[in-house]
Amino acid sequence: MTAQASATSISIQVNGNVSNASVDPGLLLADFIRDTLGLTGTKVGCETGQCGACTVLLDGVSVKSCTVLAAQAEGSEVTTIEGLAKDGELTPLQEAFWDNHAVQCGYCTPAMVLALTDLLAQNAKPSEAEIRIWLDGIMCRCGVYQNAIRAVQAVANPSETQGGS
Amino acid sequence: MASGMFGAAVKRREDPNLLTGDAKFTADIDLPGQVHMAVLHSPHAHATIKNIDTSAAAQMPGVVRIVTGVDIAEKMMRLPVIMNPGGQEAHFPPHPYGLPGAQTALATDRVRYVGEWIAVVLADTREQAYAAVAAIDVAYEPLPIVTTAEDALKEGAPQLHEAVPGNLCMHVEYGDKAAAQQAVDSAEVVVKQKIHIPRQIHSAVETRGTIAKYDPATGEYTLWTNTQIPHGNRFMIANLVLGLPYNKLRVIAPNIGGAFGSKGYLYQDAPLTLLLAKEVGRPIKWVDTREGLFRSTVHARGQDAYVTIAGSRDGKISSLMVTNYADLGAYSATNGPGTPTILTGRSVTGSYVIPHPFYEAYLAHANTVMLGPARGAGRMEAELIMERAIEMYAREIGMDSAEIRKKNFPAPDQFPFENGLGWTYDSGNYEGALNRALEMVGYDQVGARKTEARQRGKRLGVGIASYTTIAGVGPSGRMGKEGLIGSTWASAILRIHQTGDATLITGCQPHGQGQVTTFSQIVAEELGVPMERVEVIHSDTLGVPYAQGSYGSRSFSVEGTAAYLAAQEIKQKAMKVGAHMLEASEADVVFEDGKVQVKGVPSKSKTLQEVAQALWFAWDLPPGVDPGLESTTYFDPADFNYPFGSHVAVVEIDELTGAVDVVRYVCVDDVGNVANPQIVDGQMHGSIGFGIGPALMEEVVYDDQGHLVTESFRTYAVPRPSQLPTYELDRTVTPTPLNPMGAKGAGDISQPGVAPAVVNAVCDALSDLGVRHLDIPVTPEKIWRVLQGSGVQA
Repeated sequence: MTAQASATSISIQVNGNVSNASVDPGLLLADFIRDTLGLTGTKVGCETGQCGACTVLLDGVSVKSCTVLAAQAEGSEVTTIEGLAKDGELTPLQEAFWDNHAVQCGYCTPAMVLALTDLLAQNAKPSEAEIRIWLDGIMCRCGVYQNAIRAVQAVANPSETQGGS
Repeated sequence: MASGMFGAAVKRREDPNLLTGDAKFTADIDLPGQVHMAVLHSPHAHATIKNIDTSAAAQMPGVVRIVTGVDIAEKMMRLPVIMNPGGQEAHFPPHPYGLPGAQTALATDRVRYVGEWIAVVLADTREQAYAAVAAIDVAYEPLPIVTTAEDALKEGAPQLHEAVPGNLCMHVEYGDKAAAQQAVDSAEVVVKQKIHIPRQIHSAVETRGTIAKYDPATGEYTLWTNTQIPHGNRFMIANLVLGLPYNKLRVIAPNIGGAFGSKGYLYQDAPLTLLLAKEVGRPIKWVDTREGLFRSTVHARGQDAYVTIAGSRDGKISSLMVTNYADLGAYSATNGPGTPTILTGRSVTGSYVIPHPFYEAYLAHANTVMLGPARGAGRMEAELIMERAIEMYAREIGMDSAEIRKKNFPAPDQFPFENGLGWTYDSGNYEGALNRALEMVGYDQVGARKTEARQRGKRLGVGIASYTTIAGVGPSGRMGKEGLIGSTWASAILRIHQTGDATLITGCQPHGQGQVTTFSQIVAEELGVPMERVEVIHSDTLGVPYAQGSYGSRSFSVEGTAAYLAAQEIKQKAMKVGAHMLEASEADVVFEDGKVQVKGVPSKSKTLQEVAQALWFAWDLPPGVDPGLESTTYFDPADFNYPFGSHVAVVEIDELTGAVDVVRYVCVDDVGNVANPQIVDGQMHGSIGFGIGPALMEEVVYDDQGHLVTESFRTYAVPRPSQLPTYELDRTVTPTPLNPMGAKGAGDISQPGVAPAVVNAVCDALSDLGVRHLDIPVTPEKIWRVLQGSGVQA
């Protein structure tokens, strides 16, 4: 939206692949992922950091990619939702989302799965209250939170929880 | 029922693509050569447009075209209004076809709300388009502003439309006013209260968007847009806005990131992008911003109800009288007038036998965004009115409100029950659901828990709401009488291929409710075809001949019934041909486990696949049997269905801050028979969050200049998980007699109970301070003022 600034060269590893690109310094990481790389699993809902739909992992930490410039991610590793399932095999958390009906319209699902992947990496057995606070950054208007919590608990305590409604 | 699929909590077939990010939503689609569209919105709530200067913007990099209202005035008709309940009087700007009219796609000489579309820019990139929008120079002359219905209807108020004298769009009355007034006048107890229900914004996480393409070689237009009503869009765009050949317009709804009613309209972007795609010879992509959406996609609720409830000292209600004011916004949305009229008006008596009810509503235009339905449309407003009224009545006569509810419920043998305002409830056991909810919450221990909470500095309150919600839209003739220009029947085309695979073409429009799964369950149950071999086609006007889409909790009980009936037709034909193949008489075969079998001789059977192959090859068919195994079935229900339930909220209020914590939320809902309990529970979770939001925090605020203060998620609060309790769900099962599956609607039917349960709990917690009523949202500030002794509402 501003006058053309000179392009900047970046090198970002996305889902294991190194991407070299020349980008506008004002380009958001979210737009770089979606428009430059065509990885549309990362969603955009507000472009101002409130809804969290654009969450990705930046060097393993969940961030809202509309609040990060592509240029700031120079030299980093980014994981998007496309980078989670390997050879079509869902991760245990994705499986648990499926088992526990933690998906409705699916628009916030990639963000929720990535954010909770980060949570479980930091805290293998989060409490319900910790999961709720962690998910406060991701708006889900369909209201799947309760089932998303059960999905996390199913991964954290596989012997104690079960699927079904 | 053979396979046990109906009633099973099977995992959703939709989920893998959504979990891996492979699923495509509107914004994820790009077409070669596309240009991006950006919109210039009015910054004024009411003003004359003196001049629009696009010369500087036109010189900006990448700009392909700038379009203003005068450029398209001769090419696009005003948007139509297709829901006109009429009533005592109704006034609209005229649509050229004699229909009621809504807004024009772009304003020409005058703007009437902040956010109204004035111009669009087409440019090579989205950034370039928005940069050029900022360079358009518009000269305005501000006009006087009005932002509420009641103010708009006052004498001397600023006038919005020449065709709408006094800003009165519509006045409706339901019920016998004189009889209701007489019942009030002669009642032992009369309680009156004004109830303000603020506007709510649907806040789907995905904004709206449109991609339009024109192919000059074929003359075909294609539109991808996140609409709940693809065929409704096709009809209105082709016939009522652009005047295109209907069969040259294809509308496709890709995956939709939540809708909740906000995407069930025709908005101007769809016809405008189609028109301009042809003119500039390139596909056009438009994806709204969050701020753009808040300013020009519909809002919901927004009523000011004057409520009178009358009854006896021993708890029998004799009358409910409601005079309601609703601001439809500066123009009607395409189905805007339906909500404050029939949906609230005919539903306002809720779950009770009220001998003399009366409802009237005045629908006005003010300088605000258009109003439309949201999840729980009109019925949340109705239940808030009724469930607050019964609560105040209970306090007035000093009777437990659960007891009063039971005294006034229709008994299970009173169904079908006519509510006096135009709805006939199909079936119910209201006391059963309430008793179960009270048992779950431990209603008899409330007193002790209040005492315990006070020792912790908390005020505990318990609130009940017993709701009855119209669902299963609907009987087409009835909807026509209510003012819908359109129909609401269901359709299914079910084809069993020679491989035994099935294709189901359905008229519903899934946007998160899991119909691909539940409809596959119906086919699997009835025909024994494995779910994963049922392909479900929907939401594309090329593949689906004509259909009604999804809204008003209609998918499963209406469209699903069409699928069920199609499966019965398939079964009948398969049995006829299977008997022929087995050299048995038709009377001697049955359809079981996906096979045509000779009764009592399971070894003598033909699989559905074998029968289908015989029918598609058609080498040896019985006389009079046509080749092929498919059914086209329509289902026009005899009436709506009426799910019901009881919710109980337990809140704790912090005595220092006034903050409300919903500590328990118990609900017992009855949607008749359930195909997939996990999916229905998920719908209930969604409805509860969508009700706790407006109960505690959601509220659209306009300032006195008509500026939308709550213009983004920075200022409009939506509940987050740490603000929500763990929901406790149960169900009773009262099947409807109106469809063979006995299923009622489930998508938005429990939402109306939520806000009243929460606000009843808050009022209960504060009742000893003289609080009889608080308007939603019951914010900490509002409660803190009560606790300080200054905020008791009149």
